[in-house]
Amino acid sequence: MRHVTSLRIGPMGFRIGSDWRAPIAALDDLYRDYPKPDGGIPDFNVHLFAARPWRRFIRPSVHIAGDFVIPDAAPLPLEMGLLAAEMGMNLQMALGQRRYLLLHASAVERDGKALLMTGISGAGKSTLAALLMARGWRLMGDEFALVDPATGLIHGFPRLISLKNEALPVVQAALPGARFGEIMEGTPKGTLRHLVPDARAIAAMAEPASPELILFPSFGFAAEEREVLPSEAFVRLTQASTNYMSLGERGFDALTGLVKAVPAHAIDYPDTDTAIAQVERLWGTR
Amino acid sequence: MGNAVSAAILTRALRDPASTAGLDANGWTTLLAIARAEQLIGTLAHRLDGLPMPQAAARILADARASAEQGRVAALWEAEMARRALAPLGMPLVLLKGTAFVAAGLSAGMGRHIGDLDILVPRERIGEAEAALLVAGWEWVKPDPYDDAYYRRWMHELPPLIHRERDRMIDVHHTILPLTARIRPDAEGLIADSLPLENNLRILNPNDMLCHAAAHLFADGDLAGGLRNLWDIHCLIAEFGTAGLEARAAHHGLSSAVARAARQANHHYGTPIPESWRVWDSMDPLFARRLLARDGWGRQTRKLTRFAFYLRSHQLRMPPLMLARHLYTKWRKGHVPG
Repeated sequence: MRHVTSLRIGPMGFRIGSDWRAPIAALDDLYRDYPKPDGGIPDFNVHLFAARPWRRFIRPSVHIAGDFVIPDAAPLPLEMGLLAAEMGMNLQMALGQRRYLLLHASAVERDGKALLMTGISGAGKSTLAALLMARGWRLMGDEFALVDPATGLIHGFPRLISLKNEALPVVQAALPGARFGEIMEGTPKGTLRHLVPDARAIAAMAEPASPELILFPSFGFAAEEREVLPSEAFVRLTQASTNYMSLGERGFDALTGLVKAVPAHAIDYPDTDTAIAQVERLWGTR
Repeated sequence: MGNAVSAAILTRALRDPASTAGLDANGWTTLLAIARAEQLIGTLAHRLDGLPMPQAAARILADARASAEQGRVAALWEAEMARRALAPLGMPLVLLKGTAFVAAGLSAGMGRHIGDLDILVPRERIGEAEAALLVAGWEWVKPDPYDDAYYRRWMHELPPLIHRERDRMIDVHHTILPLTARIRPDAEGLIADSLPLENNLRILNPNDMLCHAAAHLFADGDLAGGLRNLWDIHCLIAEFGTAGLEARAAHHGLSSAVARAARQANHHYGTPIPESWRVWDSMDPLFARRLLARDGWGRQTRKLTRFAFYLRSHQLRMPPLMLARHLYTKWRKGHVPG
């Protein structure tokens, strides 16, 4: 591959190769404070490539592949090269992760204890994680939380935070001094901008935390809360995991261990101020 | 060409695990990427288990071992599901390829990636087998009437079936090469000489396993992922030797495929083969080149060589006129080779 970079996010190392300079330059800029893969050996490789040689130049379109691929993954225009790289890394995690049980969840930490938030796209996982980071929580990740089957501890995956549409102005106002990527309009998920996690999140990225509370937030409803029983939490988290099936018994043990030990609540919220107040109160009374 | 990156880094590590002591971080990165691409990372992980290596590589290979072990459990469960579905019919059910290797505890099964469940049943009873599988929850995958008709008329197996709950594929074979190929292995002999396992499932006898692996690699297909098949051949020869293999291969019409498989296994993996088999063959270097065509990211290289083997695979499979009609139909449907 013509252009290459490598980086580590939480415990996972990546090598990203690209036919174009721009996506690698964007990664090198936004991930400049991140460490390199352990021992220089990445866990996963991502390829950003042109399907035909001339498509490097004429209507350049970025195909995403790597160690693990899905057939028919839609390519992205070169302006969205950074998004393609992020999607490539997410894809490797979703398809190839076998060390940890992978939960599609955001995670923040306080006093060595982790709060997990999971829900469908648009539920506010990333937004709430970014706002809690602004209030002094340690960001562990806005997309994936990794459960170690051996210890039950949560490992973070603090990649760039992916902010979409109406969440953008809210988070920009809460974090005026933060570093952001370019604004990308018209992506498959609408307007999108990446936020660089703060220095503390990056410095402590390798430190696991013990899970303490699981929340299932839903945005766009009147404020409400209810307790979620372990049985329901178990089923919802199997659906939120991409590798539960492929881990077999290890996955089952990790997930049943998690839902038995950690209380869970569903929270509906009409706006982020309400949600933050709900989160802080549930954290205080857990 | 000599010092360019290729899958030789992988064959060397499999052949001589201690040779990995000389790898730097880039070497490990290349080795692991190519091993993943060839679906040999679980096998590599078992070969290198216990050797000193960088911690990052050790972690990745430990993951690969755990993943292969889970794959083994799932493959055996899938075989058991097929056994239960077909048990009332009382027909012989022979496991093929990866599932057979792990079911019989063969060295070829150590860490092996197992995708679909491949089974062999008597040709005259394949309709009964299909009906029983459909009742037990398997469904057709190929929605295309041309593909479906093609499979039923010309292939050595039913159109692939997938189980609607477990999402696993089963390939039900009645022989080991397409009916369009010039070579017609003795399918009845494969079943008649198969060996029983404890649970009434059967496996091919070792020489037939070797004939099947060689047929799959050199008399069918375009050699994509061929290093894994070749590793199977290496393990089978190393475990069972070559006594009676020549005669059995001749019986199936597979002498040339088996001889080439043995030479290639010897070349890439150092497989012990009789001195008289080590003859010079003008095509061997091209096969070797095709098998090793990977770059440092695990991507396929040598497009032209690969395309030549793609054409060869079709030429082996069917007569020219039929091939032309088949490729034209596929091309109209938007299929691009390679």
